[in-house]
This record gives sequence, C-alpha cells and structure tokens, in this order.
Amino acid sequence: MKQLRTWLRRLCGTVPNSRRERELAEEIEANLELHIADNLRSGMTPDEARRAALVKLGGIEASKEACREQSTLPFVENVVLDARFALRQLRKNPGFTCTAMLMLGAGICASVAIFTFVDAALVKPLPYRDPLRLVGVYELHGECLTCNLSYLDYLDWKKLNTVFTDLEAYQHNGFRLTTSAGTQMVTGTRVSAGFLRVLGVSPILGRDFSVGEDALNAPHTVLLTYGTWQNRYGGRQDIVGQTIVFDDVLSTVIGVLPRDFHFAPAEPAEFWIPLRPENGCEKRRSCHNLYGVARLKDGVTARLALANTQLIARQLELQFPESNRDQGANVAALTDVIAGRIRPLLLILLGGAGLLLLISCVNVANLLLVRAEARRREVAVRGALGASPARLARQFATEGFSLVVAGGGFGLVGSFWAIQLLSKLIPPDMLARMPYLLSLNLNGRVLAFAVAISLLAAVLFSIIPSLRLSRDAMLGATHGAVSCGNRTVGTSWQRLGSKLVIIELATAMALLAGAGLLAKSFYRLMHVDLAFQPNHLATLELDGPLERYGKDEQAVAWLRRTLSRVAGLPGVKSLGTTTVLPVSCNCNTAWIRFAGKPFHGEHNDVLEREVSAGYFETIRAPLIRGRFFTDRDDRTKPPVVVINQALADAYYPGEDPIGQKISFVTRGEKPMEIVGVVGNLREGGLDEPMRAAIYLPFNQSTDAYFNLVVRTAQSEDALFPMLTAAIHEIDPDVAVTREISMDDRIQTSIPACMHRSAAWLVGGFAALALVLSVIGLYGVISYSVSQRTREIGVRIALGAQRPAVYGMILREAGRLSAVGITAGIGCSLASATLIQKMLFSTPPRDFSTLASVALLLAAASLLASFVPARRAASVDPAQALRAE
Amino acid sequence: MSNKPDVWQGTLALMILRTLDTMGSMHGYGIARRIEQTSGDRLSMNYGTIYPALIKLEQEGSIVSHWAASDNNRRAKYYRLTAAGRRQLQREARVWEEKTAILAQFLKPSEESA
Repeated sequence: MKQLRTWLRRLCGTVPNSRRERELAEEIEANLELHIADNLRSGMTPDEARRAALVKLGGIEASKEACREQSTLPFVENVVLDARFALRQLRKNPGFTCTAMLMLGAGICASVAIFTFVDAALVKPLPYRDPLRLVGVYELHGECLTCNLSYLDYLDWKKLNTVFTDLEAYQHNGFRLTTSAGTQMVTGTRVSAGFLRVLGVSPILGRDFSVGEDALNAPHTVLLTYGTWQNRYGGRQDIVGQTIVFDDVLSTVIGVLPRDFHFAPAEPAEFWIPLRPENGCEKRRSCHNLYGVARLKDGVTARLALANTQLIARQLELQFPESNRDQGANVAALTDVIAGRIRPLLLILLGGAGLLLLISCVNVANLLLVRAEARRREVAVRGALGASPARLARQFATEGFSLVVAGGGFGLVGSFWAIQLLSKLIPPDMLARMPYLLSLNLNGRVLAFAVAISLLAAVLFSIIPSLRLSRDAMLGATHGAVSCGNRTVGTSWQRLGSKLVIIELATAMALLAGAGLLAKSFYRLMHVDLAFQPNHLATLELDGPLERYGKDEQAVAWLRRTLSRVAGLPGVKSLGTTTVLPVSCNCNTAWIRFAGKPFHGEHNDVLEREVSAGYFETIRAPLIRGRFFTDRDDRTKPPVVVINQALADAYYPGEDPIGQKISFVTRGEKPMEIVGVVGNLREGGLDEPMRAAIYLPFNQSTDAYFNLVVRTAQSEDALFPMLTAAIHEIDPDVAVTREISMDDRIQTSIPACMHRSAAWLVGGFAALALVLSVIGLYGVISYSVSQRTREIGVRIALGAQRPAVYGMILREAGRLSAVGITAGIGCSLASATLIQKMLFSTPPRDFSTLASVALLLAAASLLASFVPARRAASVDPAQALRAE
Repeated sequence: MSNKPDVWQGTLALMILRTLDTMGSMHGYGIARRIEQTSGDRLSMNYGTIYPALIKLEQEGSIVSHWAASDNNRRAKYYRLTAAGRRQLQREARVWEEKTAILAQFLKPSEESA
C-alpha cells in the first residue's frame, strides 16, 4: 500500500513541474540562510559563514539532483526522454523511417491478416459445449476413410457402443421450399433428434427436436438458422408455430438456431429437419448416406472409441455378411473433420507470411545497422560524456520500439483492409461450406498475436545495434570513431550486414521455391485431364415434385419435354442431363458384380450416374468403344450401361467389355449390358483420384431431380434466364438452382480455390521477399563500394582495368548470393515436405522448380550488384584520392 | 576529513522520524542539526542528503510539510510527523532494537572459549 502510494506519487512526478523545482530551490536556500545565521552567531566572518554552510550542505546542485531523482521515477523519465529523442530522430530521417515502416508494416500486415484466418478456422473454439469431446463417426471401406454410415448400421452403433454419451446422425441435402412466390431449392440438413443436444446447442427461440421427433409417424417439424429467420421471415418473433411447405409437406417451425451456430460438415444448410427414415436408402443396410457425430464419455479417448466402434463393425460384418463385408469403422476429432481440409493451406500461408515478416525485419535491422554506423560519432561522444553502455542500448531499444509501434500500427490497419480483401476473394460456395470463416475479426487473440510479433521485432531491433555497441563502440573505440569518422569502421558492420543478407537471400529462396512448387501444382491441377470440354457449358439443377415425377413414365415425359423445349432456345447447340455433374465429388456410389465372373460378395464400389441421351456428346466426352445412349434406351428395352475406361481397365483387363453384363449387388434389378466405354471423365474434384464409374440411361433409372447441361454458342450467363423461363413454362413448380457455367464451377471448386490462394498468396509473399532481399544485397554492396572508394581509386591509379574492378565487386556480391542461395536450397529441401499436403502431382523436391527459382534469384542478385559495381568501376582515381 | 562515521544507509529516515517525534514541527536544517547534536556530534552528515530522505518520507505519507516563518523571520519549509509516521517510527525502532541486540550478542566477548 505504502509502496503503491510512493510509486504513484513518483509517477506523477515524472510530469515536469516547475513549481516543485522552485519550492525545492527556495527550501534549500532558506535552510542555507538559517545555517549561515547560526555560523555568524558563532563568530565567523560572513564569507567564512557562507562557505562553511555550503561545504556542509555538500553542493546545492547535487542535492537538487538527488531530490529530483527521489521525486520522479528516473527510469520512466528516461524512457519518456528516449522516446522523444527517438521520435525526433525518426522524423529527421523520413526516408529511412518510411522505408522501415513500410517494410515492417507489410510483414506485420500479412502475418496478422493470415493469422486472423488461422484463428477463425483453427484456434477459435467451436460454438459447441466442450467441443474437444466431440468426434465424427464414419464407416471405413477400402480407401474411403470417412465414409457414410447406413441408417441401420447407425442404429446398431448407437445401441451397441459403450464409449459415447450420444451418437447422432446427419445428412446434408437439397430441399424444395414452396412459398407464394413459387418453389425454389434450398439447402438443409436432416438430423437425428438428439443432434443439437450432443453438440450442446439450444435454439434461441422455440425448442429443440424432442426425443422421437425423428420417427416416421411424428408430425413434420423444422428448425431455422438465424440467417434464414432473418432473411426469409424478417426475424418475426411469431415464426415459431407457423407452418411452411417444405419438400412438398406442411411442416411446423419449432425454433430458431443461435446466431453463431454453424456445423461445417453439413453446411450450407438453411433448414434443419428431423432425420425420418423415409426414403428407400434408409431401409437397406447396404445404402450409406449418413455421417455420425458423437460425444465421448468422460475418460474415453478417441482411440478407445475407435476400438469400440471397430468391434461393433466386426460384429455387424459377421451378422450381415452380405451388406457389411469389409465395412470398418473410423472415429476422428470433430475439429479435424471441420477444419482438417483447410489446415494445411492455412499453415502454409502462415509460414509464408512469417518468413516475409522475418525478411522485412532483417531488412529493417540492416537499415538500423547502417544508421548505427552513421551515428558512431554521436554514440562515441555520448559515451565519452558518461552515458553507460546500458543507457545507450536503452536509447537504441527505444528507437527500435518506436519504429515497431509505428510499423505495427500501420500493419494492423493494413491487415484490417487485407482481411476484407481476402475474404472477398473466397468464393461464396466455399465460404458457405466453411462457415467459421464468416466470423473473421480482429479479436483479442489476433491482437495478442500482433503484439507478440511486434515485440519480437522490437527485441530484434534493440539487440542488433546494441551488439555492435557492446563490441567496439564502447571499448575504447571512441578515439577512432571521433578522429577517423566513418572510414575505418565499415568492415565490422559489413560482416554482420552480410550475414543478415545471407539470411534474407536464404529465406527468399525458400519462399520462392515454395511459391514455385505451389504454382506448378496449381497449374497442373487446372490442367488436369478432364476428358471433356468445359468451356461454353451452362449447368443448372432441377428438382421436381416427387408426386408428379416419381414414376418412370412421368419423369421420362418431363425430361423429354424439358429437353425439346430448351433445345429450341436460341444459342443452344446441344444439351443433356446427369444426376451428378462432373468435377463435383467421388460420391454416389454403388456395389456391382460382373455376370460370368466369380463373385464372393466383395464390394466393387463404383460411381453411378444417370445421364440422358446427348449428355456425353454435349460435354464432348470421348467414346472409346461401342455407343452412347439414345432416347430410345428406356424401360421398354433391355437395360444398358456405359462404363468408363477406368472400370474397363480394372475389371476387364485385356477383354472387350462390350456385350458383357453387370448388375447391382443389393438391388434386385436385371443385369445391364455394357454398350459403350467412355473416356475417364473427371467426376470427382480436380485433386481426387480417378475412379471406376457406370453411367445408366436416365430413361431406365429415373429421378425427379437432374442437372441440365447445355452447350451454347453465346455467353452462358445470358442463357440462364431463358433456361429458367423455359423450365417453368413446362412446370412452374420445378425448383431451379445453381445456375453456373462449367468453367466457373471448376474455377470456384474448393480444390481450385485452395490451390489458387496458396499459389497466389505465397507467390505474393515470395515476390515481396525477392524484392526485399535484393534491396538488402544492394544495400550491403553499395555500402561496401562507398567505403572502398579510396581503395578502388588507388587500384585504378595503379593500373587496374575497369573489368577487374567490376569483377572484384561482382565476386563479392556473387559470394554472398551463392552462400545465401545454397543455404536457401537447403532450407527449401528441408521444408518441402511441410507443403507436401498442398502439392498436386508435383514432387516436393522438384529439381526444375528449384533450379529455375535459384536462377531467378541469382539473376536478380546480379542485377542488384551490377549497379554498385558500375559505380565502383567508374570511380575517378584523382577525385577519389583528393576527396579524403 | 574528519573521522566521524557517516550516517548509515537506511538509518537516516529513522533518525528523522525520531527527531520529529521529540521536537514536533521542524525545518530541514533544524532536523539535520538536531541529528548531529543528538549523536553528541559523533555523526557527520552532508546537510544536502536530508532533502531526498524528506521527499521519500513525504511520498510515503509518514510526514507532511508546510511553509511557515522561521525564528529569524524567514519563510522555511516545516515538517511534522503524521499518525502513519508515528506508527512507522514505532515499528522501525522495534526492528532496529532487535537487530542491534542480535549483533551485540554476536560481538560479546566469548565465554566458552575461555
């Protein structure tokens, strides 16, 4: 308490106060007079009396100084003084200050902006109760590590497990929403009744699904997300209890989810409805369409849970060999399920930004060193006047700190802007699937990160000039510095400076190599063989009412009318339909067996798509053998199928598949005759492996849902309004959605976005790093030339040829670059495995990339050292010698 | 220079407090003189050192100051003890007595070695 009071009063004392000074002087003076009067009384002469009193006092100024120190906090006062001096120094040298601030600002801006994304995706806790106890639960089959559960398997797992407090299931889907304005397609997720309870989320309005609300005979209910409530229903409080026509059924709205709720694996989802086992898939144990989410019991680890689910999977395998053969189990932390995909990208970007920050810090440190050189005289004089090394070091630390505060503030403002820009660059589709990226903000964690990296930079900037000070400026170098000025002392700076330049070049090399690999990988991804021509293709999804198109003949008639109506539109060259568009996912699979081949119940899992006549022709997929479908391939004809080349290679090696028959394992349908082999159409995402696929004629395997694919001569976007109008002319109740050209679809697909952002951002960082490191090299070499002007003059006067001078300077620069680049190659080789996860068909140790990047850096370094070399070679010996 | 010992570090504050306790209100010069006199002129101090000590005590709230006319009708700054200062004096005096007693015990001629 007493200490605090003292400290506070001393802190107040740091504010300059002339009254206090005056009072102190007056007090001492008054006491001195009293003393003199006493002395006079004891018989001294006036002169003696005054002198004796002064001697006894021990010096007026020293006393005052001691008092001043006692009445303020000398440390704080010095800091204030240092800061004012530092600011004056920085203002006096605007070129240096601006450059340093810009470089630091750029590094801090990039790091903070990227960290904001890292924070939102990887650091910020998920909006659930105790999110680290939540796991995703999957079946495992072959290479598919996170495969869907079948409904019946899910029920058994839920019943038999001993490791979860709860196991719930969800399935993301598209639904039809009918309002007075018509029918549109909306996103939604079907969840088992306890889904929100397992997450620990409760609605902010209304109630959660109650137990048993996901039964077949329960009344239809629906939960709204906060956004849906606001956007579609105006945030009306009375929404709970209202009915809406959802998927052609009257459903009651029972509640609204919290604003910050999201569940990325099932997003985008506007509506959340109970999972009623009402479609055919949920009646078959072999049909997998659900994902599981569970909460681990206290004390149960994910590994234990995995062992338990594996045990159950084995039991089911024995019990249901037909459907569950080779069906394993997998359990993964929910945090991995949600952010696992974007984690490598974010970590790479964070690494890149960090390296950029390192380079900019090193560059600023280098600038500070040059300045410290220029200020040797000042330092020496201050040292000679009694400033202690610690005091001088503190002065430099304050300057470094001021610089960092300025640069950091600049970077923070910049990062605010950069975050806006970056989040605008994320395509809406991707954002919808990564909803945690919607809540980006400069929160406490981000600010703490900004402060931490700024402090690191400040420490670096304080240490580097002080290192120099402690080495020689303080140890008797005073006379040298004062008498010889800047001439003899450049070498020690150069040693440290060139070490810093080597660090910069090595870092730049590592960043450039990373950027090169990512760019190459992005190029390869975008040039992966699609086996069709994506340009000038317009695509959209159609979803018709099931009661109108549930039967084969109804759906076929609808498809025929739609196709013939759209074919008549101007600009339409050809068209077709498919149930799953290419370049979307390796999903919708079926188990097949081959007639005439031995079958032991193995799961030959292949992609299954239903396509119309004209589909392959429209997307220009290559016909390898046989024929494609025609409109006449319908229920009145024997069933036919087209397989892809991958299937032919895998299951009919060295045979002619045409005429062979395949059938579904678990569906009681007639075997289908293979009539054609199509090239390996890329059905999955750009980065996914090619899989075997079968294509069924839509007319033989109908659905009330399909994607229309139209090849057009004109712009796709101009066609969409006409397409939608034509479809609604035939049936206004058909929901139309996702009107997008195939090119855009590919460009905005998640793998394309992730690789593009990795390549561009790391590329940007690398470009900045290249510029900064080359500037650093230029700085060191030109400083060296300016230090050696006299020496070079002497050499030229003694007959050295200009090329020899060139050579001398370029050799010096070349040595630095060579060391830096070699170290950089080492770093890139070591770090290459770190970015391996983001590389697509590019080896992490790609020789050609490394070689070209090294060449680029070498060429840039050569260019940077050429300018000072030229200046050295054009030194006029007479002038150089006279100048000193 | 004289051979008189200087004021030991840390004891000046205690002496000031004690002086003010016995003498009531005093100015800096008076306090310094009084300390020397009380020691029987065995202590010698630079009068300048009294001022930082006074500032520190004032910051701690043990003493307060005011300006008043002195004996020879000059304005001088007078200090007096506060209640907190009196408590501090009692506390520190006790601590000091204990310390000196312990030290005295150590410096006593040894009886066992005899």
